Amino acid sequence: MAEVAPEDLVIDVRGLTKRFGDRTVVRDVALRVRRGEIFGFLGPNGSGKTTTIRMLCGLLEPSAGEGQCIGYDIRRDTAAIKRQVGYMTQRFSLYEDLTIRENLAFIARLYGMRGRRAAVDRTLERLGLTARQHQPAGQLSGGWKQRLALASCVMHEPKLLLLDEPTAGVDPKARREFWDEIHALAHGGLTVLVSTHYMDEAERCHRIGYIFNGRLLTEGSVADVVRDSGLVTWSVEGASLAPLRARLSGRAGIDMVVPFGAVLHVAGSDEARLAAAIAPFRDDPLLRWTRSPATLEDVFIRLMSAANGEGARP
Amino acid sequence: MRFFAWGRFVAMVVKEFTQMRRDRMTFAMMIGLPLVQLVIFGFAINMDPKHLPAAAIVADASPFGRSILGAMENSGYFAVTHLATSEAEADDWLQRGKVQFVVSIPADFSRALLRGERPAILVEADATDPSATSNAIAALEGLNRTALQHDLVGGLAGLKSGPPPFEVRIHRRYNPEGSTQYNVVPGLIGVILTMTMVIMTALAVTRERERGTMEALLATPVSPLEVLIGKIVPYILVGFIQVTIVFVVARLLFDVPMLGSSIVFGAVVLLFIAANLAVGITFSTVARNQLQAMQMAIFFFLPSIMLSGFVFPFRGMPTWAQAIGEVLPLTHFLRIVRGVMLKGTEWTHVMPDVWPLAAFLLVAVTIALARYRRTLD
Repeated sequence: MAEVAPEDLVIDVRGLTKRFGDRTVVRDVALRVRRGEIFGFLGPNGSGKTTTIRMLCGLLEPSAGEGQCIGYDIRRDTAAIKRQVGYMTQRFSLYEDLTIRENLAFIARLYGMRGRRAAVDRTLERLGLTARQHQPAGQLSGGWKQRLALASCVMHEPKLLLLDEPTAGVDPKARREFWDEIHALAHGGLTVLVSTHYMDEAERCHRIGYIFNGRLLTEGSVADVVRDSGLVTWSVEGASLAPLRARLSGRAGIDMVVPFGAVLHVAGSDEARLAAAIAPFRDDPLLRWTRSPATLEDVFIRLMSAANGEGARP
Repeated sequence: MRFFAWGRFVAMVVKEFTQMRRDRMTFAMMIGLPLVQLVIFGFAINMDPKHLPAAAIVADASPFGRSILGAMENSGYFAVTHLATSEAEADDWLQRGKVQFVVSIPADFSRALLRGERPAILVEADATDPSATSNAIAALEGLNRTALQHDLVGGLAGLKSGPPPFEVRIHRRYNPEGSTQYNVVPGLIGVILTMTMVIMTALAVTRERERGTMEALLATPVSPLEVLIGKIVPYILVGFIQVTIVFVVARLLFDVPMLGSSIVFGAVVLLFIAANLAVGITFSTVARNQLQAMQMAIFFFLPSIMLSGFVFPFRGMPTWAQAIGEVLPLTHFLRIVRGVMLKGTEWTHVMPDVWPLAAFLLVAVTIALARYRRTLD
């Protein structure tokens, strides 16, 4: 991304680190996100996603590191950042005992918006919640709550949207609609950084970053990430895969064996050594071997175990 | 499926104990609260206060006056701590609450006594808290017979027979009918404010954090100070409404007088509300959930009621309990409000109780703000 002009970067941070006491939650994270891009922030629970997002929007002061967010210094200009960022927290953070309309009106007031009533009306209209505007927000279903929370984050027309696991606990249909909405927003020029666990959601991002134990392990488009991993994968179908898995695991040249339903993914980083490792099983008539492209999940599991020091390259 | 299975019941009990142990604050409260109550009720509370401070105006320097004062002290209820040179001075002390009684021995007391004219001494009591003074006043009964036993000898022995040689006149100042409402109602203003202000603010901020709305709030341009003040102001208004209601009801229903200045009263109420709000905010920064906030509020509320002089006479408590009481805002608020309403006390006279309130407010606000800022990071 060296060719990107600095003014096209909505997020540009280096060496971002956060320590709580003697616990380091985020270490030396460098992140660059372009204007109009949907950047997927992936990683297991407790890997430092939320903490990173909080540092980006000025809620937490970094212990080390520097950079800018929408052109403002993340240490000094937190007030300016807060005015132009929409941050959707992991938990539903609207007031359940206020009505939908009251919630939106409150947020509009906090941002000092002009023409509040009209803005709230527009938002309700767009969400299709005009008829239910006087219902308490707490009565909405999970999917609707998510849409309302998103609407309340973009009402003040921010330049950057930070979404912290927005689709956790939402049904697939609502999830799909939510992502369509995010794409529509990005198409309108909004930059979006979204953290998630779901691999299918990662595939819907322009670029992704994978964070584990506070370190950003990889970054790029999904294709880049898969290619850069250098992972070679075979999938095997057939009967009695469980014993096969046990026999394959730990063989030299095989980095990991992961069951995916009726299929076993066997992956390694060296093509020749992997081929040698599976050679004794290739002729088994009950098994069907095919070379398959590595999935994002394969890559992440491998990155995780490599970072943990197990299953590392011999 | 049995209706009641021992195993499942035990599982519930074990789980409940495990959770109880985890929540250290609740556990500490369950152990701490009974102990605090035990100590307060067992040692601090005394329904029969003794050695109440009294001022004496002795206009007649004779052994009789000294004997009477001595007899009063011997009853155990009075301690003559001040000697006044004028009535105005003694009156001032009584109004400030420096002394509970003023004993006046008139100028020609001994002469009149010797003539058998049965002169009177005057005992003025600060009756704003009838329960604090009633036993002492009862102890004066019969004093006029016994006090001069040892003085009336020889030629004066004749005075011992017949009616008592002198009279004791008792004046219940500020509350001539000894009405308990006079004492309780102004105090109630303080108690209600303490309860509402501390509990409401402690819960209001904790609720915001517990429900996760605080984080979203702070990601908007709203500043922490705006959040804090914005949350508090509605409760200040509620506090003033409460005070107004109690005040009006007190006047209409119980005829409690308002002798002092409403401005002094209002200013002190504001100061007191602020002090309690600061306590509430401090609690909210410590508490992890609303239950804990509630418990902490109770932990503050209980001593406030017991040791402030609201329920039990302040002067009846041992020194250590009075020391704790002096720290609590309610103690000073009670003194000021009772003074202003019942005695018509002015600014200059309530100052000794305004300073401790202001100091408490300053300390509480400092802690609250320091802690409040830290919880954001």
